[in-house]
Amino acid sequence: MPRQNEFPLLMELGAPGRRAYLLPQLDVPARPIDELIPSPYLRSEPAPLPELSELEVVRHYTGLSRRNHGVDVGFYPLGSCTMKYNPKVNEDLAFLPGFASLHPYQPEETVQGALQLMYELEQYLCEIAGLQRATLTPAAGAHGELTGLMLIKAYQEDRGEGHRDEIIIPDSAHGTNPASAAMCGYKVVEVKSNDRGGVCVDALREVVGPQTAGLMLTNPNTLGLFEEDILTISELVHDAGGLLYYDGANANAIMGKCRPGDMGFDVVHFNLHKTFSTPHGGGGPGSGPIVVRESLIPFLPVPVVERREEAAQAGASLEEIPSQFFLDFDRPKSIGKVKGFYGNFLVLVRAYAYIRSMGPEGLRLASEDAVLSANYLMRGLSPFFDLPYDRTCKHEFVISARQQKAEGVTAQDIAKRLLDYGVHAPTVYFPLIVEEALMIEPTETESKAALDAFLEVMFRIAEEAKESPQGLTTAPHHTVVGRLDETQAARHPVVRWQQGTEEGTPNDHR
Amino acid sequence: MGYPYLALTRQERQEMLSAIGATSTADLFSDIPREILLQENLDLPEPLTESELVRHVRKLSDCNISLDTHASFLGAGVYQHLIPRAVYHLANRAEFVTAYTPYQAEISQGVLQATFEYQTLICNLTGMDVANASLYDGATGLAEAALMALAITGGSRVVTFESMHPDYRVVVDTYLRAVDAELVVIPTDQGVADPTALEPFLGKETAAVLIQQPNLFGLLESASEIGARLEGTPTLLVACVNPISLGILQPPAAYGADIVVGDGQPLGNPLAFGGPSFGFMATRQKFIRRMPGRIVGQTQDGEGNRGFVLTLQTREQHIRRQRATSNICTNAAHSMLIGTIYLALLGKEGLREVAIQCAQKAHFTAERISALSGWELLFEGPFYHEFAVQAPVPWPQVNAALLKEGIIGGLPLAKLYPERPEWENALLFCVTEARTADEIEHLLQVLKGVK
Repeated sequence: MPRQNEFPLLMELGAPGRRAYLLPQLDVPARPIDELIPSPYLRSEPAPLPELSELEVVRHYTGLSRRNHGVDVGFYPLGSCTMKYNPKVNEDLAFLPGFASLHPYQPEETVQGALQLMYELEQYLCEIAGLQRATLTPAAGAHGELTGLMLIKAYQEDRGEGHRDEIIIPDSAHGTNPASAAMCGYKVVEVKSNDRGGVCVDALREVVGPQTAGLMLTNPNTLGLFEEDILTISELVHDAGGLLYYDGANANAIMGKCRPGDMGFDVVHFNLHKTFSTPHGGGGPGSGPIVVRESLIPFLPVPVVERREEAAQAGASLEEIPSQFFLDFDRPKSIGKVKGFYGNFLVLVRAYAYIRSMGPEGLRLASEDAVLSANYLMRGLSPFFDLPYDRTCKHEFVISARQQKAEGVTAQDIAKRLLDYGVHAPTVYFPLIVEEALMIEPTETESKAALDAFLEVMFRIAEEAKESPQGLTTAPHHTVVGRLDETQAARHPVVRWQQGTEEGTPNDHR
Repeated sequence: MGYPYLALTRQERQEMLSAIGATSTADLFSDIPREILLQENLDLPEPLTESELVRHVRKLSDCNISLDTHASFLGAGVYQHLIPRAVYHLANRAEFVTAYTPYQAEISQGVLQATFEYQTLICNLTGMDVANASLYDGATGLAEAALMALAITGGSRVVTFESMHPDYRVVVDTYLRAVDAELVVIPTDQGVADPTALEPFLGKETAAVLIQQPNLFGLLESASEIGARLEGTPTLLVACVNPISLGILQPPAAYGADIVVGDGQPLGNPLAFGGPSFGFMATRQKFIRRMPGRIVGQTQDGEGNRGFVLTLQTREQHIRRQRATSNICTNAAHSMLIGTIYLALLGKEGLREVAIQCAQKAHFTAERISALSGWELLFEGPFYHEFAVQAPVPWPQVNAALLKEGIIGGLPLAKLYPERPEWENALLFCVTEARTADEIEHLLQVLKGVK
């Protein structure tokens, strides 16, 4: 019997022979299947799949959805993830049949609206980044990083500098940065942060040189702090022959305020699922377009969306010049292809709609409000929590629970206790350079009332840490399951359900 | 003017500014060097209200021909199947859609349990021991499998065949070039891989052989023979498969696959102009710690309640940084959820029937087309639900005639194989259960009339 809080698995439901969905009767003459496909190619038994009624499936996944927190459920101040509101209308637009029911190999003349949308979105992203061209293909931020580094590699090789094999990355960087550099065959050189939380320029001077292919930077960085020395940094790297890569995970702080291209960055990725409000879906699909400077355009992955010269000059509509947009695959210096087809198109539709509904002033206000809300929370929390870098933050900030740790309460405990109050926890233990870090990003879509409510909860938790720490170290108490044992999960991995083993069988027979 | 997605009022902004001791928003941006601080608004179109936005975007979508209104015979990696309505209703519940990656397990049991169920279903379909929680798509999944094989074997080369989807090959090649590994492509003049052609490449430098089953031409590869050839060698067999075909086809574990990947789009996901979809990956137990991407595992809380968490995270970039098995962070969780719900609704018998109907309708259509005068199948040999045919006239004529009749014709192989003039007028047709006998008749009528 499942325990009270347990929810059955799909595989534990249903009954043999039960169906949820019926196909239309086969309307061509039926032949024995092994006449069509020789039996050695066929499976001997049907794949073991569940057998449920439609209602059973509906109750099951409705039930699971209720065991899940989302932006629509409550506050989600997960730092570096920009969990802003995802407008409903954009969901409807993505599901218009003229977008959702397009095959990528349809003739170009039948997908002109889709190509125009991609073409215009590229232009918007170029304007926001302050750079010249983009590829919309990468499927996520990390995928954009990999693509951007491939571009840097191709550029360096093209100008006879293929021996440059190092990428410089600050110690505060997202883990994807060094992982992407390694996937691109680069050696990672770490550069320390200074006591203001920025890149230590003297340390950078020591590591930059003729072996430097480029530097990856998030700005504002993962502490939520703007790199005040950015212009010096970009000059140093450029002078040494390297390029600058902008990790756009934190771009929600700078829209319409300043542009990576103006800071000296040569390659930029944006996370459309962060900055441009497309939903994160429980872990994707996202979209990580890359915007580049003139010198990198020849290396962009194929295809890029182009517009026929005459139409571009005339600014003609599709009625006036049909088939004016096309996919250009003929790019001899291209790095190749980083994903099937043309990127996560339905995510692009949502981001396009967001930019069109915000406009230039709206995007700037979004960044201003995001920054204001973060500073408001940071000030509000500073009486109760340590603030490792006490300066104006951008869209997010990092507090430390080291005071509370002295009482035996960790950042993890605070995170788990927040769940009891219906709030998603901040990002914890990141960046790595801050002890007991809690990284908080409110976004611009939360009301002042919601921010105040969060401050109130955090204040209460700070009090609890002093008065009843055991309530925190055993939290959460009001969620559908209690604190889950991650160590056990990793030590004896059970990663699928197997018949007849109700408790699951460890998959790791070692 | 106001903006619907901004929550703060003018007065609240003022209150908040004074609470933090700032006089204006400009104070908050004083750390940005003056010379790069923008003075003017960005050059972007002025904002649209919701109704204006809908009108504008709908106009763009109306410039496209939707396959809801046109019968299509396109496949080659993206397939139109019947999708139970309940898939949309369930997957689009906001608690799923608006969640991030399930870092806080106790309030993310919905996504975590659904992922655990998904991993189970993928193992059950492929016959493999373990599956990850999804990758971006089939092509990048194949590239990740190639990198994984390089890491496991220490090899420097990956071998595949011309019958592997050319786009997938280009993606693999792009990934491999970044780490100075080599991709060898063996020609397939007859449309399928010749297992003996592998002989010169069997050796410890070869990390993996990548096959696609069914292949780009819809043909079935001699997977068992290839698997047998690799047995006892250090080279891994990577099979890239269509998940729906596994409703009737042999599971890859049966022919010795070490890593199985594929694109999950056919499982209930819309065509979406090619994205998003999701990539699946499954492998042998012994390689679990070499897999890229997230993995969900079962565990329990202090009271013994079953629960699910992200596990084996020491493989991943946020812990291992440059020594991670991959850089992947965001994957394709929601597309994966759609696939899971689709499989739950179709069930054991449903998935088998879809695969059977696809095969029946494709074979019926292939037979009828090849009976038309001047039309012939490009290749012989068993196939699943796609087949290439040589047209008696240049392909643009064929597809133009079809389009005029409201039909999207087959994919010209010339687009994927420009280096193969002998396939210049071949069209790759795909027929799924979503095509009706009437639509197939209509296709045949038009083809008959093309001169």
